[in-house]
Amino acid sequence: MPKYSGSIRSVIIALAVILLVVVVSNTAIGTTNISPVLTAKIIYMGLLEWVRGTISWTLSLIGIPFDSSALFSSIVPDNTWTDGQEKIIMGIRLPRVILAALVGAALATAGCSMQGLLKNPLADPYIIGMSSGAALGAAIGFTLMLPTQLISFIIATITIFVVYNISKVGGKVPVDTLLLAGIAISFFLSALTSFFLFFSESLHQIIYWMMGGFWNASWDKVKITMIIVLAGIGLSQRHAWNLNTMLLGEEQAQSLGVNVESVKKQVLVISALITAAAVSVSGIVGFVGLIIPHIMRNIIGPDHRGLLPASTLMGATFLVLSDTFARTFPSKVQAVLESSDIMLFQVILERVGSLQGVDLPVGIVTALFGAPFFVYLLRKRRKSLYA
Amino acid sequence: MLEVNGIIVKYGNRQILNQVDLHAEEGKFVGIIGPNGSGKTTLVKTINNLIKPTAGSITIDGQSLDTMSSIEIAKNIAMVSQVISINFEFTVEDVVLMGRTPYIKGAETHEDMEIVQDAMKKTRILHLKDRFVTQLSGGELQKVIIARALAQDPKILLLDEPTSHLDITNQIDILNLVKDASRKGMLVIAVMHDLNLAAYYCDKIYLIRDGDMISSGTPKEVLTPSNIKTTYNIDVEVINNSITNSLYVIPLLEPLGNHEPAFSEGI
Repeated sequence: MPKYSGSIRSVIIALAVILLVVVVSNTAIGTTNISPVLTAKIIYMGLLEWVRGTISWTLSLIGIPFDSSALFSSIVPDNTWTDGQEKIIMGIRLPRVILAALVGAALATAGCSMQGLLKNPLADPYIIGMSSGAALGAAIGFTLMLPTQLISFIIATITIFVVYNISKVGGKVPVDTLLLAGIAISFFLSALTSFFLFFSESLHQIIYWMMGGFWNASWDKVKITMIIVLAGIGLSQRHAWNLNTMLLGEEQAQSLGVNVESVKKQVLVISALITAAAVSVSGIVGFVGLIIPHIMRNIIGPDHRGLLPASTLMGATFLVLSDTFARTFPSKVQAVLESSDIMLFQVILERVGSLQGVDLPVGIVTALFGAPFFVYLLRKRRKSLYA
Repeated sequence: MLEVNGIIVKYGNRQILNQVDLHAEEGKFVGIIGPNGSGKTTLVKTINNLIKPTAGSITIDGQSLDTMSSIEIAKNIAMVSQVISINFEFTVEDVVLMGRTPYIKGAETHEDMEIVQDAMKKTRILHLKDRFVTQLSGGELQKVIIARALAQDPKILLLDEPTSHLDITNQIDILNLVKDASRKGMLVIAVMHDLNLAAYYCDKIYLIRDGDMISSGTPKEVLTPSNIKTTYNIDVEVINNSITNSLYVIPLLEPLGNHEPAFSEGI
């Protein structure tokens, strides 16, 4: 009985369903109350319209005029929502939720690949300097009024190529050299970032950016990120088996016919690109790429054929939930503080000002939940760091 | 079947192997012996194409390694390495299945799984199939690695000191397993340290010192007191062990009772 077909596949399907439910239900959550069912209907309608649009656009390309508005009329839901509700769901919340899902998926996939590649459970997508590169890009972008997303993507990508080439010894890249080179370059780039921070007029923006968040989500950002991230996830999946064999030692893998250096290079480049794509839209969101692969390895084991897709889906789910928390929690706290008559709470309220509508950086949320959980994992599995 | 002709291997300026020849046929158990650092491991790695020789040629059934892809080589040659530690919780079956890597496209087939079962049966680890490799003893783990190599279905099985960290029971167990494989037609080439086990199991022995092939032939031809004196620099007596019907190498040590502890003299 081939092992892969069985239980692992059902876990993956279950995780995909959970992700879908989380995306819809979290789009329903926010300051304006819109029920999950209505939200689902609005999203469904939006999807239908997109499909229609794509069909008539494709047909018009080959010169056939086509009115697609009649298409799928039998499966169109009753229009029971207002334009305002549609605008909130489709224009504001959904792109943000999807962007969070994409970034979570990218970071967890890259983290999982890096942990396998470096045979190191403490590896994360940022370990070889990508976050420092992206941060420097953002600092330069904000300071010099350049497009931040583009600059941070470019610098993060350059960083990984520099680190890779520094570590190269006679056509091979030993993983420990890669780690050390990554740390050295990180420090250098952080110093440059601090330099920009020190002189920059846009100190606030840069620091906010570095904390990570999805304040500026838009469909444009979703599109660019989606292309890179989905392609990267698909490509890294192709190396799942090779990563398995490399966990037994690179020489062993090579003896099994795996072209170790080429796999290393491809996995590094793919992880770097999806991480850079993620970081450049969201800022530095920590712990997703470290924690999620850890948890999934506990649940479904070290076989990357199951572990990679499971991490991808769970990463997306986790970051959507974290972002919902980040954008709704302060308002909830405000409500609690206001309704209580405890003196201390009143004082806090006066000091902090209104929390209504405050949007926390999601990086704070993931680290607040992630760090204690990581400590718990360390204590529980002290004898072996590897799950 | 395997022809190694005049290979030279260098690490930087240091020459590790110096014009080494090795010829072996299927169904044979070939031992490579020699002191630490003499180039034994380098020789097996070179045969596995993990190290490229600077000169010389290696051919399998007349085909040069240079003209074969790494997957083709993996279908012909399997390697059991000296040190192996697995820190990830793969099951025994997972690890043995990795031996099918050169054959698997996408997902494993039922045939792959049958070969894996068969390899586990041959190595008598079928009962461990769902255990995590992180929880195995040294002897069990070595059998798993050998099962993986057998699942690779190679013509040549290379072993680099397969038993050096194992107890005597496991050493014999593993060498018997490997001997069985050679009887069924596989060419086994094993780097060995124990001269007596080498004398018992090997059909042919190669003796290396400092990258030079000192001697090759049957155990009787190679394991002579003078050969052992030149390579290992110890005096031995070689007798015919009538119990096992093989040679027995006895180092000529002074009886310990008459021996002053070496370190007491200086104090």
